[in-house]
Amino acid sequence: MSSPLIAAMTALFNRDMRLGIRNRGELASPLLFLVLIASLFPLSIGRDPALLQQIAPGVIWVSALLASTLSLGQVFSRDYDDGTLEQLLLSPQPLAALVLAKVAAHWVTTGLLITLASPLLALGYQLPADIIPVVMISLLMGTPVLSFIGAIGVALTVGLGRGGMFLTLMVLPLTVPVLIFASSMIAAAMGGQPIEGHLLMLAAILVLSLTLAPFVIATALKIGMS
Amino acid sequence: MSPMLNIQSLTFHRDQLPILEQLQFSLETAEVVLIQGHNGSGKTTLMKLLCGLLPRQEDFVVSMHGQPFDPNQTRDRALFHYLGHQNGLKLELTCLENLRFYQQFSGSQSGQSCQQVLEQVGLDGYQFSPASQLSAGQKKRLALARLLLTSRTLWLLDEPYSNLDLDGIALVDQLLRHQISTGGSVIMTSHGSFVPDVLPHRIIRLNHGRIEGVAQ
Amino acid sequence: MNRLMRWIHIKGSPENYYRLAGRLIPWFAIPGLLLLVTGIVYGLVFAPPDYQQGDAYRIIFIHVPSAWMSLFIYLGMSVAAAIALIWRIKVAELTAMACAPIGAVFTALTLLTGSLWGKPMWGTYWEWDARMTSELILLFIYLAIMGLYQAIEDRRKAARAASLLVLVGLVNIPIIHYSVQWWSTLHQGVTVLDRKMDPSMLWPLLIVAVATKLIFATNLLQRTRLLLISTESRKRWVREMAKTETPS
Repeated sequence: MSSPLIAAMTALFNRDMRLGIRNRGELASPLLFLVLIASLFPLSIGRDPALLQQIAPGVIWVSALLASTLSLGQVFSRDYDDGTLEQLLLSPQPLAALVLAKVAAHWVTTGLLITLASPLLALGYQLPADIIPVVMISLLMGTPVLSFIGAIGVALTVGLGRGGMFLTLMVLPLTVPVLIFASSMIAAAMGGQPIEGHLLMLAAILVLSLTLAPFVIATALKIGMS
Repeated sequence: MSPMLNIQSLTFHRDQLPILEQLQFSLETAEVVLIQGHNGSGKTTLMKLLCGLLPRQEDFVVSMHGQPFDPNQTRDRALFHYLGHQNGLKLELTCLENLRFYQQFSGSQSGQSCQQVLEQVGLDGYQFSPASQLSAGQKKRLALARLLLTSRTLWLLDEPYSNLDLDGIALVDQLLRHQISTGGSVIMTSHGSFVPDVLPHRIIRLNHGRIEGVAQ
Repeated sequence: MNRLMRWIHIKGSPENYYRLAGRLIPWFAIPGLLLLVTGIVYGLVFAPPDYQQGDAYRIIFIHVPSAWMSLFIYLGMSVAAAIALIWRIKVAELTAMACAPIGAVFTALTLLTGSLWGKPMWGTYWEWDARMTSELILLFIYLAIMGLYQAIEDRRKAARAASLLVLVGLVNIPIIHYSVQWWSTLHQGVTVLDRKMDPSMLWPLLIVAVATKLIFATNLLQRTRLLLISTESRKRWVREMAKTETPS
């Protein structure tokens, strides 16, 4: 890899991180959303600890899925509005690599934060302490995939001015495998079963999306901008 | 000698309606060409087509110094600088941060520092102000400042004069003179009949996607 | 290669395709309808009842061919979408887009018949069975593709974006299928259906399977023709056709 490419990717990543920090409110909203959704379940189902433990993996993951997907709209739509997306497309660097830097910045400002906040949810759902690392690992490996899949959806709808519901409808079916492997990994750990199988599947999906998604996103952006 | 940029039979449709039809013109080295026409005459489409933001629907030839020019190739994208209707600025960042980002992002090689460039466009004193605090004309100046950070041989400027006051217009003229003095060329657009003082060398009038006339 | 591409471009030009498809339609439609009626009557009336399920099983003559079609159409749509994206052939774009609603209908039919069948089989209209769940997600993917195609105003851009989504779905479908199967084995026993079938039951099934393919082809050609004349309505060949030919 050439160094101008690395420089461009770093510049993009740093800028998006800086923008994230400047808009602290936006940085916090996926987290608040996550906690809010997760606390609606005990309120609607009841506080029986056995029941809460049983639904915890699913609830944590569905909340993470929604929080991550709903925060995605901003990734490209704002860049589309202010013309910085044009700069990306016109850069002499390969678009897929630049896209990778942008998705990475999105993941750090949402997925990673969700991962770091997840112990709170786990405690709220009275999960045993030794399950918390498993929850965090599942999110650490699963949320990047959510960012990638979501970015495909955003890139396809860029410039349409309809994020939210439409984007969610388009993206969620594609995230089913991650949801299944990640939440059943937590469930397996709670049942005292081995989690290696789930872990490998999640890793495989992560590698697959890491290698394919940037190119798909780049192609989608080119179509969307035309 | 073959011209800097040669465009032949350029055509574009949108939803079956012709936007540009069989355009043909060339751009010489160190020349400024102004594309003039009403709203909807196809100016922006032409610029976007030249810089590759719009896909080529039909075969047409654009060549640079006799070589095929294709903005879908990363190599050819390093040859030009496009400034569109949007300024491409992040309003949450300061003027200096916006320029520093672009400098690093584009791997700029013009040798000018962000500070110097800010002074040249008349924004010294604003380096630490967020871009959101600038007026529309100042934002345009900041966007124009990016031109000075890179030394690209071809500038494609879509409505560079919009939102600018008289000083700003003089600034654009000054930038254009700088560009041609270094052997670069410019294609720019303008609606209405406004023609800047010294430049351009040629005016191409566009009407409903066709070249209506050329003035020297 | 060059000559081949030129041939494709000439034969695949909207005008030629429109006429060719028009000529082909009866060749698919008539055998398709005949086979469909034969297969359905054979299956519903003449095939013997199942020794366990009695007459309730007969819904498989619709359910199983529909399920096959739901995937078959997706594969066909993916081939058209790939061609559309790589070579930018307009007819391929429209073919892919014409596939989506037909595939969605077959998928919905699969779900509907499956749930009707589920009542006598499982005692409930919906069981989170692996195949049914996969079909449900497949339906959502079909709907997403159709939704995206509708959402974008520029028709060519819409077709290209939706084609890309088709291919993303194609990569995802095996993973979804596998993950759902993994999930269902965790939560329940696998539904066993793979018993040996009596030839008198197998024949109507195969006849309907062939019939659905022919009907799909008919519908696909019709829809592609429709999309062609609506997206090319300003082109000369459509105008001339509109003048000379009376609508049938």
